[in-house]
Amino acid sequence: MNPERRQLLGWSVAAAAGAALAPGLRLVELALARSPEEAASALQRWGLLIDVAKCADCDECVTACRDENGWTGLGRPATDAQWIRKVSLRDRATGHVQTLPLMCQHCEHPPCVDVCPTGASFRRADGIVLVDKHTCIGCRYCVMACPFGARSFIHEPVSGQKPDVPRGKGTVESCTLCVHRVDRGERPACVEACNRDGRKAMLFGDLNDSSSEIHRRVRTEPSTALRPDLALNPGVRYQHL
Amino acid sequence: MASVQYREIEGRSRGFFVILMTLGIFITAGLAAAWAMEHEGHVITGMTNRIVWGTPHVFAVFLIVAASGALNVASVASVFGRELYKPLARLSGLLALALLAGGLAVLVLDLGRPDRLIVAMTHYNFKSIFAWNIFLYTGFFAVVALYLWTMLERRMNGYTVRAGVLAFLWRLVLTTGTGSIFGFLVAREPYNSALLAPLFIVMSFAFGTAAFVLVLMAACRWSGRALGDALLARLGNLLGIFVAAVLYFVAVHHLTNLYIARQLELERFLLLDGGIYTWLFWIGQVLVGGLVPLVLVFAARGRGALAAAAACVIAGGLAQLYVIIIGGQAYPQSIFPGKDLSSSFFDGVVASYAPSLPEVALGVGGVGLAAALTVLGLKVLPFLPRSLADDEPAKA
Repeated sequence: MNPERRQLLGWSVAAAAGAALAPGLRLVELALARSPEEAASALQRWGLLIDVAKCADCDECVTACRDENGWTGLGRPATDAQWIRKVSLRDRATGHVQTLPLMCQHCEHPPCVDVCPTGASFRRADGIVLVDKHTCIGCRYCVMACPFGARSFIHEPVSGQKPDVPRGKGTVESCTLCVHRVDRGERPACVEACNRDGRKAMLFGDLNDSSSEIHRRVRTEPSTALRPDLALNPGVRYQHL
Repeated sequence: MASVQYREIEGRSRGFFVILMTLGIFITAGLAAAWAMEHEGHVITGMTNRIVWGTPHVFAVFLIVAASGALNVASVASVFGRELYKPLARLSGLLALALLAGGLAVLVLDLGRPDRLIVAMTHYNFKSIFAWNIFLYTGFFAVVALYLWTMLERRMNGYTVRAGVLAFLWRLVLTTGTGSIFGFLVAREPYNSALLAPLFIVMSFAFGTAAFVLVLMAACRWSGRALGDALLARLGNLLGIFVAAVLYFVAVHHLTNLYIARQLELERFLLLDGGIYTWLFWIGQVLVGGLVPLVLVFAARGRGALAAAAACVIAGGLAQLYVIIIGGQAYPQSIFPGKDLSSSFFDGVVASYAPSLPEVALGVGGVGLAAALTVLGLKVLPFLPRSLADDEPAKA
């Protein structure tokens, strides 16, 4: 067998093996993701670590969230929904300026969940805070209670919704930590965009998983929660704030 | 007081139907506003993602707080045994029910999904003060209805004091609940205080007594029934004491905040440079709702002065709730203490708000509903004595 034929054969075998194994690997990936029937588990605590020192003036995270979840505004900033926003901070004493993304902090003790009369605001076992769009009556008490101004009320009819992200006029909504992606074993859209087109300021992972990078970093590097005085233990933490 | 004779109002005069028609127009306007808000969304109101509770909530909370306070007169009669007030107790109970119905109607029709009211009745989160309030409000209807029954049904008269005590305690808890809707909001500096519960209780005493005085004077005048000066003077004294108590609680609240460095900016906003909120606080709440009524009831005296004082207390009360509810949201949340914020979501700035026509119509519709229920109640059941002249009922 001459070398060319041998090489061709080698490639063919590799391709055949790849073709045979790829669906299997995909199956492994699917098997590792949570099935829709499987309940979220308290063994996990999904969280974000945001390094403010790396956060640039871009808004890749905001754009990605908007595209992923379909909360495109209607040009009415006072009533349009915002699930994630870029906030500029200026220290009053020193004048130091910073910018960072702000969204639902997915608190362990969420005030929005405490005040909701119907239980529509709820916290999943894995720490993701959500609104049940079927039982929200639109009283907006959760918007009053949220310490981070993270919630929006849908002020007008919505169209062009994403299949994974139901929205409805007259109900309240906020960042879902891209729960539909997380349940598929993917990262939230904002984190994906920040690491692709931004400055890699956002890290997503399971805070409870000792082998995860987020677990290692919050253990070994300083980070802080917003409004730590409120003792809400948010799932979102910031560095270099 | 078994000798007191109660009689329904005749309710056939032209004036009666003019009143009902006028109130009907208010109610229709309120329903039309609710329909428009439900259909178009809250975008047609002045409410935003920063001011999520607007003018409807000012009216709703006012009516609910006043409902609790309207029961004052009955409580003074049944619980504290003041005979002078006993002939007024029935009207006091009726007005309490009517005001609560008006307030709840506004609150419910302002919901983003009023069609899901049944969800609120079937899904409860018992950690939510709102969920507690659903029970407190429905319970108030039941307790006051029971109380009225013991007064209206001769065989039940023996239970009036017990029912009165129950209603009195219930309304204290109810208004504690209403004040705590705001008091429990840990993340907003203007709220987050246990003082709001007792403040709301004294506010309820003042607003409810003011509403009662106006309704009593109007009902007696329009149905041609005597209303004694001595009785009115006593009601005036009661109103004055409640108004003074509100001023006291407001002063303590602000003084405490002024002493705490991190609350200074909030106080500067409310008392000094908060624009409309500062004006409403000093002119509306303190002057019109506080000082003027005090002068009217304690210095000027007289029927006209009392009516004017009651009207001032109501106007000042609406101003006070506007400052508490809307001013409290307009003041920026402190998400990053010690830092100035800016964003496309109005962080770090005073949120702007202007009441819209649908909101005002809905609020006024609630007032119209409360008034219409009172008028109809007076026509169908004997709530009002035939005469309240000073020499008719034995004086206390």
